[in-house]
This record gives sequence, structure tokens and C-alpha cells, in this order.
Amino acid sequence: MEFLAFGKTGWGDELFYATLMTIAVSITAMLVGFFFALIFTPLKLSKYKTLNLVGNFYTTVIRGVPELLVIYLFFFGGSGAIMYVASIFGYYEYIEINAFITGSMAIGIISGAYSTEVFRGAIQSIDKGQFEAAKVLGINKFGQFYKIILPQMLRLAIPNLSNVWQITLKDTSLISVTGLVEIMRQSYIAAGSTRDPLFFYSFAAVLYLMLTYVSMKLINKLEVRYSRGY
Amino acid sequence: MDFDLMITSFPKLLGATVVTLKLLSASLFFGLFLGLFFAILRLNKNIFINRFAYGYSYVFRGTPLLVQIFIIYFGLGQIEYFRSTFLWVIFKEPYWCAIIAFTLNTGAYTSEILRSAFQTIKPGIIEAGKSLGISNKIIFYKIQIPIAIRQSLPAYGNEIILMMKGTSLASTVTLMDLTGVAKYIISTTFKPIEVFIVAGGIYLFMTFVIHNLIKYLEKKYSFQQ
Repeated sequence: MEFLAFGKTGWGDELFYATLMTIAVSITAMLVGFFFALIFTPLKLSKYKTLNLVGNFYTTVIRGVPELLVIYLFFFGGSGAIMYVASIFGYYEYIEINAFITGSMAIGIISGAYSTEVFRGAIQSIDKGQFEAAKVLGINKFGQFYKIILPQMLRLAIPNLSNVWQITLKDTSLISVTGLVEIMRQSYIAAGSTRDPLFFYSFAAVLYLMLTYVSMKLINKLEVRYSRGY
Repeated sequence: MDFDLMITSFPKLLGATVVTLKLLSASLFFGLFLGLFFAILRLNKNIFINRFAYGYSYVFRGTPLLVQIFIIYFGLGQIEYFRSTFLWVIFKEPYWCAIIAFTLNTGAYTSEILRSAFQTIKPGIIEAGKSLGISNKIIFYKIQIPIAIRQSLPAYGNEIILMMKGTSLASTVTLMDLTGVAKYIISTTFKPIEVFIVAGGIYLFMTFVIHNLIKYLEKKYSFQQ
């Protein structure tokens, strides 16, 4: 137990902050993912074939390629891409991007592909009559989406989004390869310094289990809230 | 775009794909049996056996695959007693550790897929078998299992693709699989985009093949025939 002591003698506080980091990266990645889903879901549902193709390309490539490969692309290619853009504007110094930003962008793009599929499925399973009724009532496009389609869609999307959240949360463990100190990286450091990998990796597993358990409970509450009236 | 690099790295990456495919096929093979075993335990009426099987699938589905590999590869070697047993011959190899971790992981997901497939089998089918005087054992092996496998094909297809992506984690325990070699080439040439296109293309091709294979099997074993 002395391994988990807070302060200078143990790894308790380090692991606590690492857990907060994991939560922070997961939430940021999930939000980045929603942002991507907001762009690509309309593309996938569009009438135009070319737009469909762009949307399908995004979800197929991201869901067919390992997460680790995407992370390596961002880790090694991220600062290069930023520096290239900066060089257009006449800035030639070396730019290093923060591991947190690289990590949450990489995981966010992955999470976005899954979210896009969830939103697409949810919108498609809403009765066509709802769209038509909204149009007939003379509600503008904005109102149609935000007041009529979105509330119904969310109810259908929440159970699947909870799966996406679980995937995202577990994927954040892969960012440890870039050196961001989240649960996995901190356990690696602690295991190396105490020569007790079994304890620290098992403890990391327990932390992840706790995170998935607590988030499931919270999402279930949300699900009940959005299913009022059904 | 450095097309020369893409052409020269293609054979290297293709060679590493063999490692990926070996890892994938071995873990799917063992994982299917493990999954079937735990799915049967889940359907057991005994609450302890039932809970044990549920606990297994909960733990392996609730933690990242990376943690599982690290516990098996770095963690188990730490136990002195374990190193003196014959099992150490297997567990000291990163290759076998990766396969064991992947098997346990895919076994957990497969057991959930098969369990839900068993539960959706209509009781009428089992009753029909019983009324024909077929023994419970034969009903299970000849009726329930084939129907459950057919039911779970679409979900299992997804699991195969997830597992294929999961094998990329073998590169974290020093194995040179497709992702491992891709990372090596990226870190020596600093051309991430070119290597990503080639390696990602190989992964996408495998996804495409698996996807269509499952589609074909679904059609072949559909109930309409």
C-alpha cells in the first residue's frame, strides 16, 4: 500500500493527477469528435454523391486503420504540418505542439468517425413524417433541426454514444506512446522506478474499470432523462 | 510526396503484414473457443459460475487492451515462482504474450456476442427438438450452436476488424508487426504521411476483405435458403 501513498514517498498523487489527465483528454477528444461528427454527418446524409463520398471516406478510413497508426501520424506529422502552414505565413522557427493537443486531436478524429456513424444511424431511424410535418408547419430549416429532429435523435443516439465514450476512454491509453502523462504513462514510469510492473499495471486496470463503471452509471441517468415520455 | 519511399517501404510493410495476420488468426482461433466456453458459462443457472463469466467479460471489456498486454508481458514476469514453472517458456516470448492478451480480450467480446445470440434463439426451436426425442446434448451441439453462430456473424465480423486493429498494439511489446515497422520507418525517415498512406492502405485492404468475407458467409448461411 505504501506505493500509493500521497506525497513524496508514494505514487498516489501522481496517479490521481494522471487519472484527471485521462478524463480531461477523453472529454476533449469526445468534444473534438462531436465537432467532426457535426461536419461529416450532414455530408453522409447529403443528396449529393460527391459529398457522400467525402463523408464515407472519413469514416471508412478512420474505422479501418488502427488507432495507434493514426496517433503516430499525428505525433510525427503534427508539428511538421503546423510548421508548413506557418512557413506560408513567413514563420520559420521550430514549433512544437503540446502532447495534450496532439493526443486529443488524434483520439478526437477517431472518436468523431464513430460518432458520425451513430448520428447518421439515429437521424435515419427518425420517422420521415417528422421531417415532413416540420416542413408543412412552416418551421425554418434551423428550427426543424434543433427543435424537432435533434431532441428525438439524441434519445436514440445516447446508448450508442455511450459505447463511443467507452471506446474513446480506452483509446486514450494509447496516447501514452507520445509521452503525455496519463494513467498508462504514469504507471509505466512508476513501474520502471519501483520495479513492480504487476502492481502498477493492475492498478491502472482498476482505475480504468472505475472510470468506465462510473461513466456508465452517469450515462444511464442521462438515458432515462432523455427517454421521458416514451 | 516522396513516392520513392512509398515504393521502397511497401515490401517491408507487406512482410510485416504476415506477422499481423499470424497474430490475428491465432488470437481469433483461440478466442473463439474461449468465447464459446464463457458464453456457455454465462447461460449456466448457477449464480457463481454465471457471475464469474460476467466478471471476466466485464474486466476485459472495461480496460484498455494496452493495459492487458502490459500486465501479461511486463507484470507476470515479476513473480519469482512463475518464472520457475514451465509456463515461463511461453510467457517470456513477447509473441506469445501478445497472442494470450489478444485471445483473452477477443474471448470476452466473443462471449458477449455468442451469449446474446444464444438468448435470441426462439424457445420453440429447442422445444421442437425435444419433442422429436433428441437429447439435450445433441440439441445444443447440432441446433443451438449452428443457429447462434449464424446469428452472431455480423457482430463477429465487427469484432474481427476491431481485433485486427488491436494487433497493432503488439508493436508496444517490441514485436515488428505492420504498425511496428511503419513506426520504425516513420522515425527513421520522418515522412509520416507517406508511410501512413501505405500502411493504412494495407490495413484498409484487410478490413475490406474481412468485411466482404463476412457478408458472403452471411448470405451463404442465411435462413431463407
